Amino acid sequence: MSTVTDRTVSTPTPTTRTGVKRSRLLGSRSSVLVLNAISIIGGIGLWWVLALNGFQLPTPPEVLEKGIALAQQGILVEDIAASLGRVLSGFLLGSALAIPVGFLMGWYTIGRGLLEPWIQFFRTIPPLALLPLVLVLLGIGEIPKIFVIFLAAFLACVISTYQGVVSVDRTMLNAARVLGAKDGTIFARVVVPASTPFILVGMRVGLGSSWATLVASELLGAQRGIGARMQAAQIYYDLATIFVGIVLIGIFGLVMDRLLLLAESKLTGWQERR
Amino acid sequence: MSDTTTDRRGATASPKISVRDVKKTFTLKNEEFVALGGVDLDIADNEFVTVVGPSGCGKSTLMNILAGLDEPTAGEALVDGVAVDGPGPERGVIFQQYALFPWLTVRQNVEFGLKTAKVPRAERRERADYFIRMVGLEQFADALPKMLSGGMKQRCAIARAYAVNPSILLMDEPFGALDALTRVKLQEQLLDTWSQEKRTVMFITHDVDEAVFLANRVVVMAARPGRIFDVIDVNLPYPRTEDVRLSPEFGELRNRVWHSVYHQSTATAGSSDHRTASSSPTT
Ligand SMILES: Nc1ncnc2c1ncn2[C@@H]1O[C@H](COP(=O)(O)OP(=O)(O)OP(=O)(O)O)[C@@H](O)[C@H]1O
Ligand SMILES: [Mg+2]
Repeated sequence: MSTVTDRTVSTPTPTTRTGVKRSRLLGSRSSVLVLNAISIIGGIGLWWVLALNGFQLPTPPEVLEKGIALAQQGILVEDIAASLGRVLSGFLLGSALAIPVGFLMGWYTIGRGLLEPWIQFFRTIPPLALLPLVLVLLGIGEIPKIFVIFLAAFLACVISTYQGVVSVDRTMLNAARVLGAKDGTIFARVVVPASTPFILVGMRVGLGSSWATLVASELLGAQRGIGARMQAAQIYYDLATIFVGIVLIGIFGLVMDRLLLLAESKLTGWQERR
Repeated sequence: MSDTTTDRRGATASPKISVRDVKKTFTLKNEEFVALGGVDLDIADNEFVTVVGPSGCGKSTLMNILAGLDEPTAGEALVDGVAVDGPGPERGVIFQQYALFPWLTVRQNVEFGLKTAKVPRAERRERADYFIRMVGLEQFADALPKMLSGGMKQRCAIARAYAVNPSILLMDEPFGALDALTRVKLQEQLLDTWSQEKRTVMFITHDVDEAVFLANRVVVMAARPGRIFDVIDVNLPYPRTEDVRLSPEFGELRNRVWHSVYHQSTATAGSSDHRTASSSPTT
């Protein structure tokens, strides 16, 4: 069942997803880690071989050297700080707004009726496609960049929160009602906890989306930031710097995703594993 | 037997629950579906009534109406002489799917209703612990539902319903998903608690043995339209021990109920809804 559900379930069903992941890990944690290590080393080896055989790639040591050099000049820290600042503020603002809006849509017919068309419409537009417009309207400072990231995070998270609210088990709501709970209590003590897994899935998707949007938005007129650094390097044909950027983006994306995954397992550990 | 659905025992002095000509129709794709076509039933205070009938005959629909989770299309459901209007703490409900809150521990689940009733913390805890002990889950008070077996979950749901001290318990096939052994244990336990703390119980089941074993009175329903088909008094003494279960009287009643449930078409021969009742399986 594992791969099938993983692939075909487009709307997140957090229970099965985490359940599958966990059972795989439980199965043979160490052997998976060994395979991971082999795969990583093999991949880097392949890269090295290709770099030495005429492909226009910097070798792994060159990239490492470049990274160290950039770090020593303090450029790297500045870029990372600028990028992380943007992505985190956009992501946090987006999620913070998405959660109440998602609840509003899921819980009130009025909210759903009024908001859904807009959400569905903007969801089909990649946030980056709005960048030209945003740049015209908001200028070229920090605000347009944060805004598109905000939009990316918001749209991913709002849909998921909404789905979480509408898919709360009816029997669970009825159980709360027959125990004397009124709407407010049901919302706070049943709907919110029951949709937490969905919200967290939405936040993870939102984070990925924010991160992707960030780099692209920095490619368009930024002084600092990992994306801006790569853009500048492109002009000088500085492939090593571009590689440093790619590796950093990957590493930070992975770390942030893992942090959210950790939060997820802490907050939604009550879910049945099937 | 005619298709009238009058409770043959007639109304008691002041029935705890009183269902008066309740009809329920669902509209499915501009087609009317009669889930309940005029149900009359009185349940006396402290009576234990079981309801059996083929799938889709409207048992859950009737229970939801009594619980206040659903409204009748016509007729009315009265509790203590007052028309049901929404759920209330005097009616505890136990669902077939347990419906525990998976993010709360056993104790927090049991305390849920007490918390909504604003019972002070200390008392809440005390009462929750009492009912957790009653269903034998004291060692699992701090466990999450995912760590419980099906039978334990159901016991937790029973404790949760009992904790708010309802005078009526509505149970919708609560033991349906359990193995035979656990089932018998929980049946005995349920009767135990019922005799200790009397309550009016309406208990839905598919299991004819279970229906007879537990009840003062077995209500047999029929489908299409959902209606009361037969009411069978169970004059067996409580406590219902294994001896009772194995007695010839029990066997006789069991046969009667069985016949009433599974041979509804032959018994209704001549009645107008005979054809629909016997053909086409219900959803
Ligand atoms: N919300 C609904 N909308 C439409 N039809 C419904 C609805 N709820 C119940 N029904 C229909 O009403 C009939 C009675 O349903 P109900 O759930 O009360 O049956 P039941 O006797 O409890 O059956 P079971 O023993 O299988 O639980 C069924 O045919 C069902 O399809
Ligand atoms: Mg049912």
